[in-house]
Amino acid sequence: MIDKISPSLEAAVAGIQDGATILIGGFGTAGMPSALIDALIAQGARDLVIVNNNAGNGDTGLAALLKARRVRKIICSFPRQADSHVFDALYRAGEIELELTPQGNLAERIRAAGAGIGGFFSPTGYGTELAAGKETRLIDGRHYVLEYPIHADYALIKAHRGDRWGNLVYRKTARNFGPIMAMAARCTIAQVSEVVELGDIDPETVVTPGIFVQRVVLQGAQS
Amino acid sequence: MNRLSRDQIAARVARDIPEGAYVNLGIGLPTMVGAHLPADREIFLHSENGLLGMGPPPAAGEEDEDLINAGKQPVTLLAGGSYFHHADSFAMMRGGHLDICVLGAFQVSRTGDLANWHTGAPDAIPAVGGAMDLAIGAKRVFVMMEHQTRDGASKIVERCTYPLTGLACVSRIYTDLAVLDVTPQGLAVREIVDGLAFEELERITGIPLLHASE
Repeated sequence: MIDKISPSLEAAVAGIQDGATILIGGFGTAGMPSALIDALIAQGARDLVIVNNNAGNGDTGLAALLKARRVRKIICSFPRQADSHVFDALYRAGEIELELTPQGNLAERIRAAGAGIGGFFSPTGYGTELAAGKETRLIDGRHYVLEYPIHADYALIKAHRGDRWGNLVYRKTARNFGPIMAMAARCTIAQVSEVVELGDIDPETVVTPGIFVQRVVLQGAQS
Repeated sequence: MNRLSRDQIAARVARDIPEGAYVNLGIGLPTMVGAHLPADREIFLHSENGLLGMGPPPAAGEEDEDLINAGKQPVTLLAGGSYFHHADSFAMMRGGHLDICVLGAFQVSRTGDLANWHTGAPDAIPAVGGAMDLAIGAKRVFVMMEHQTRDGASKIVERCTYPLTGLACVSRIYTDLAVLDVTPQGLAVREIVDGLAFEELERITGIPLLHASE
């Protein structure tokens, strides 16, 4: 019997090695897998490369991971926010590397990794400093910038419901990066609010099919 | 002269958004446009974080942390609205499916270059979000901003001095003094506030302007 349900959050993040590249879902705190991030902090992996839209809010979730000094580099579109004080201090002290990417290019680079695309030409950012040094091409009278996929070792995402085969549905705008991150990592770990039986999720409404998910854990699952 | 308030600029922009338009309102000043959209027009508001058919802010106590807009404020979804993931959301922009996006700006050039994401100050932490995708994606890009900085410098310039968001991407500029179209010939003044002469607007702006041909 295939059962992707992890018995605990600790078991769900087991094996994440130092230096791993990890996609973390969420747009601000909507869709952020905070229980998995807390488990990752307890697990201890360091020197991580993190991919997220933002760079943490307040002192919890991703901000807590940064505060614990586990992150070497962050790839994101919008690090600076009213409550991004943890990132701001690390950045100003030169203690974290930032790769800034326009949000749509970030999403498409993640999608491309999951879809097996080796690179793509995007019009976004052409002629700006974020495209400096990148290869460009004129196609049918429009300028494009070559962007590369973002592959990852792990994805930590938050979904609403999941089953033991890894099928997922999300809730409202907490969906955001979850479905594309699930496709782009070698091992995708989904924190869910509810574990349901096979067949309980209408197959017509499955958003992330289980092939993209390796582990599912209930967000409150304790070891 | 009768300078428009920010609310009046928002109302002026709203007048130009037609029934059936798919529209993205950028964070900050453009968000104010939503409150001025006439109730008798069906307009589809898109938010970059994955919703179409965005409704007004919820009543106090009805907020849902999983239902937010690009500015991370709580919103609602209209009947008929939908949720989708980030790659689809940005395909709606980049793929040319949005009719209009409304953005704020630090500067707009005579040729429609936009600077709105970064001041370039050495100590500023850069953050771009969806600004560059929006700038080049929508069929028409409306910029909404005050005509001048607090120091009185024109924000409409020959060439942007702040870091660029997109090249030749702005269609129309709405300010507290005028409405201007970006045309192949230059900036054409469509409207001007009461009590301000064309020549005075041109002096304040600091670059040659054209009269819009109706």
